Amino acid sequence: MTEMVFGTVPVRAGEPILPRWWRTVDRWALSSVLLLFAVGLLLGLAASVPLAEKNGLDPFYYVTRQAVFGTVALAVMVLVSMLSPVQVRRLGVLGFVGAFVALMLLPVFGTDFGKGAVRWFSFGFASVQPSEFLKPCFVVIAAWLMAAAQDLGGPPGRFYSFVLAVVVVLLLALQPDFGQASLVLFSWGVMYFVAGAPFLLLTLLAGLTVAGGLFAYNASEHFARRINGFLSPEIDPRTQIGYATNAIQEGGFFGVGVGEGTVKWSLPDAHTDFIIAVAAEEYGLVLVLLIIALYASVVLSSLWRLLRERDPFTRLAGAGLACAFGVQALINMGVAVRLLPAKGMTLPFVSYGGSSVIASGIALGMLLALTRARPQGQIGDILARRGR
Amino acid sequence: MIRTPLRPLARILQAREKGENPDAIERENRRLRSEEARDKAKGRAEGRLLVLAAVFLVAFGAVGARMGALAATEPAEPRVATSGAAILTQRADITDRKGRVLATNLLTHSLYAQPRQMVDPVRVAQELAKVFPDLDVARLTRDFTGERKFLWIKKKMSPEQMQAVHDIGDPGLMFGPREMRLYPNGALAAHILGGASFGREGVGSAEIVGVAGVEKAFDGWLRDPGNGGAGLTLSLDLTVQSAMEEVLAGGMKLMNAKGATAILMEVATGEIVAMASLPDYDPNDRPSPLTKGDASDSPLFNRAVQGVYELGSTFKIFAVAQALDLGLVNPGTMIDTKGPLTWGRHRIRDFHDYGPRLSVTDVIVESSNIGTARIAMMVGPERQQQFLRSLGFLEPTPVELVEAPTGKPLLPAKWSDISSLTISYGHGLSASPLHLAAAYATIANGGRKVSPTLIHGAGAEPGPQVMSPAVARESMNMLRQVVTRGTASFGDVKGYAVAGKTGTADKAKPSGGYYKDKVIATFASVFPAHAPKYVLITTLDEPVETAGNEPRRTAGWTAVPVGAEIIRRTAPLLGLRPEVEPAAPDALTLVHN
Repeated sequence: MTEMVFGTVPVRAGEPILPRWWRTVDRWALSSVLLLFAVGLLLGLAASVPLAEKNGLDPFYYVTRQAVFGTVALAVMVLVSMLSPVQVRRLGVLGFVGAFVALMLLPVFGTDFGKGAVRWFSFGFASVQPSEFLKPCFVVIAAWLMAAAQDLGGPPGRFYSFVLAVVVVLLLALQPDFGQASLVLFSWGVMYFVAGAPFLLLTLLAGLTVAGGLFAYNASEHFARRINGFLSPEIDPRTQIGYATNAIQEGGFFGVGVGEGTVKWSLPDAHTDFIIAVAAEEYGLVLVLLIIALYASVVLSSLWRLLRERDPFTRLAGAGLACAFGVQALINMGVAVRLLPAKGMTLPFVSYGGSSVIASGIALGMLLALTRARPQGQIGDILARRGR
Repeated sequence: MIRTPLRPLARILQAREKGENPDAIERENRRLRSEEARDKAKGRAEGRLLVLAAVFLVAFGAVGARMGALAATEPAEPRVATSGAAILTQRADITDRKGRVLATNLLTHSLYAQPRQMVDPVRVAQELAKVFPDLDVARLTRDFTGERKFLWIKKKMSPEQMQAVHDIGDPGLMFGPREMRLYPNGALAAHILGGASFGREGVGSAEIVGVAGVEKAFDGWLRDPGNGGAGLTLSLDLTVQSAMEEVLAGGMKLMNAKGATAILMEVATGEIVAMASLPDYDPNDRPSPLTKGDASDSPLFNRAVQGVYELGSTFKIFAVAQALDLGLVNPGTMIDTKGPLTWGRHRIRDFHDYGPRLSVTDVIVESSNIGTARIAMMVGPERQQQFLRSLGFLEPTPVELVEAPTGKPLLPAKWSDISSLTISYGHGLSASPLHLAAAYATIANGGRKVSPTLIHGAGAEPGPQVMSPAVARESMNMLRQVVTRGTASFGDVKGYAVAGKTGTADKAKPSGGYYKDKVIATFASVFPAHAPKYVLITTLDEPVETAGNEPRRTAGWTAVPVGAEIIRRTAPLLGLRPEVEPAAPDALTLVHN
């Protein structure tokens, strides 16, 4: 009534952006990510030196590079985390279109750096892997589609998102990049699960996976050998896994000492896929458990915040991003301790990698933006209930 | 499923009646339903997000637990530098029967290079060549500046050399700890010890493996950590070995022989107290084997065990002993020695003409080929072969040297009558001096078979009886007479009652036939004759004694004096009391005041 008579009270022109951001952002996850990045730099000091020496560069060349790219990535992350969910959605959709086109152009302009799979665009000073950027954007767009499906009279978004997922997975598998493909498939699965996949379908899918695995084991000799090698208790000490296991054992609880490790000289991927082995050898179990705790805290605190989220899009996209991040870390570390069969996958923020760290920054920025505390209509609920 | 209409008809009709806009009701209905659906979805999603969170918590926990479990276990696999099984470096000492060290280990270092870590490879190569003159500067420079990441430079080096390398001060030069095998007595007993070298090598350690002699024959035992560091005790006596080698080397030089060997064996047990083969070598620095020519010319060749020779007249006592044992003759039986003895197209002659008849004793004392051949005819080939087999002449000696199986006796293709005649005086059958030592020990110990051994205490078990003790005693009696009044008169060492038999065999040409001026001279001796304790075989290869008017090659002039000198030197060391002969009565001087 007062407003009707006297006009609206001039409200404050909105809370300043930064304080509001600081108040609402998931500071727990944010500080975990910053710590992870610091740990990554610290490990890079040890793990990337052999590579730099091999390429005839300054010993800390890669550390410097990682610091520069990482700073950019952290800035991008903070900026993205200031967006609203709608802006995140727009960024995701636009980014998806851009990354998808880039992915399609890979066979024309891409390079394989002699590794047998065309995954990169080379820009002289840096290389960019479009699939790294595609992944978070896909999560966002798929979440949008699924959320839209929940609206009354909405489109069949789940089906559309499934088709999209299949297309993306096929494109990635053609490169071939089964690691990213499985991550994309996994994040779609998580979102579908959160969006309310019927249990019958879930059990059916689980059964199909087991049956497919058994069929592949019996039909494909290559697959069977990989699995047998993974299951056998013997470790060939000359394989990457052998070196990594040995490094973890050598490190023990408190490590062999800074710079004293030797595994980084034996493993070609010590600075990326097996950086956890370097951490375990030089700093021991203590640092490894810290790293695991940091990853777990990012994932769990995000999921915890998403529990209260009412908006289906925010919830789905947030869950997809958090789980993709967590699973990537889990697979990387699980391979090093032989819980999982060998699969090359970087440790987000810790492993060396220019474009991948920026992509991780965007993904985490989106996650932080989605998990920011915002009104969930609790007061409105109370009022509405009282009104009824 | 009952569909709930978006436009609830009852309310819309009411609204129409009141003139309100029914669309508002539809919007309201729509909003309520979507809110309901949202809250329902939220409730479901809450549960599923909790499930996800739990799954992630468990997964991160599993990775952490697995990391902890791995970190808590000891690394089972060795590091890159020492891949493969662990190298055992401990090797037991070898001692003589009195515990004196014959072979032991010494801590030293090996030198290797990692050219990638070198500061100034060219200077390092030059400095290294100064420390080790045998290294080639050009080659080292090429290795250090090339692609190689790792190379061995020296397998072992002295402390002075190590300090000099250390003083070069280059980080690319590294030392690896090593245990090296050391033979503190140098060339003494070289053929018995053999030698050792490095087997598998790592940066941290290297395996020592025996390459010859007892080092190889007992390689597994010496390396077995289960022995608790116990040494290998040989039957050798270091002092006796040393005296014997010294005398033998002198005798070989004096008699212009190209090689010599001597074996001193306990008659009761077959334990070898001393065994030498000349020329010899230093096992600390083993020469490389000959790549061409006759292997027996190499100093590595062990004449006592590997060398098989026709040992000549030393064999005669076996024919006689067998004939005595079979009761065919007795020491006094007269044997026809009129020569030459013709058998088919073969003629057997004696060195001198010993007249038409000799007693069996004199056949041995004078060393008559014809007489021995006639005795062999009485025995016959089958029984002779069987008797020689029982003495061990048909198989390689079982002595604990890795070379022993190569000392395989050379036997006639067909043991015919004529073979039997020539074998009776030591031609047509080649055996090693060690075979001869074992056979003489059988005669000396009362007729029990002896297996030669190098291990102290191994020969305690008496062998089977080959001939009766009485026959053995009679044979010993004849051998004693060979020394007192026969061909081995130079072998009569005062106080030690030496018995023995000489043997001079023409050397066989490789092309067939025999050399006229090359012999193997052997003196097989036993002392003391009345209670035999030791057998000594002395063999000279191509000796010639040139002190007289004409060159003399027979064993009596060459091998016997050398053997006698060995007995003179070693018998006191063996603890034998010389028999002091009582002074003759007429030596007494009566003194009258």
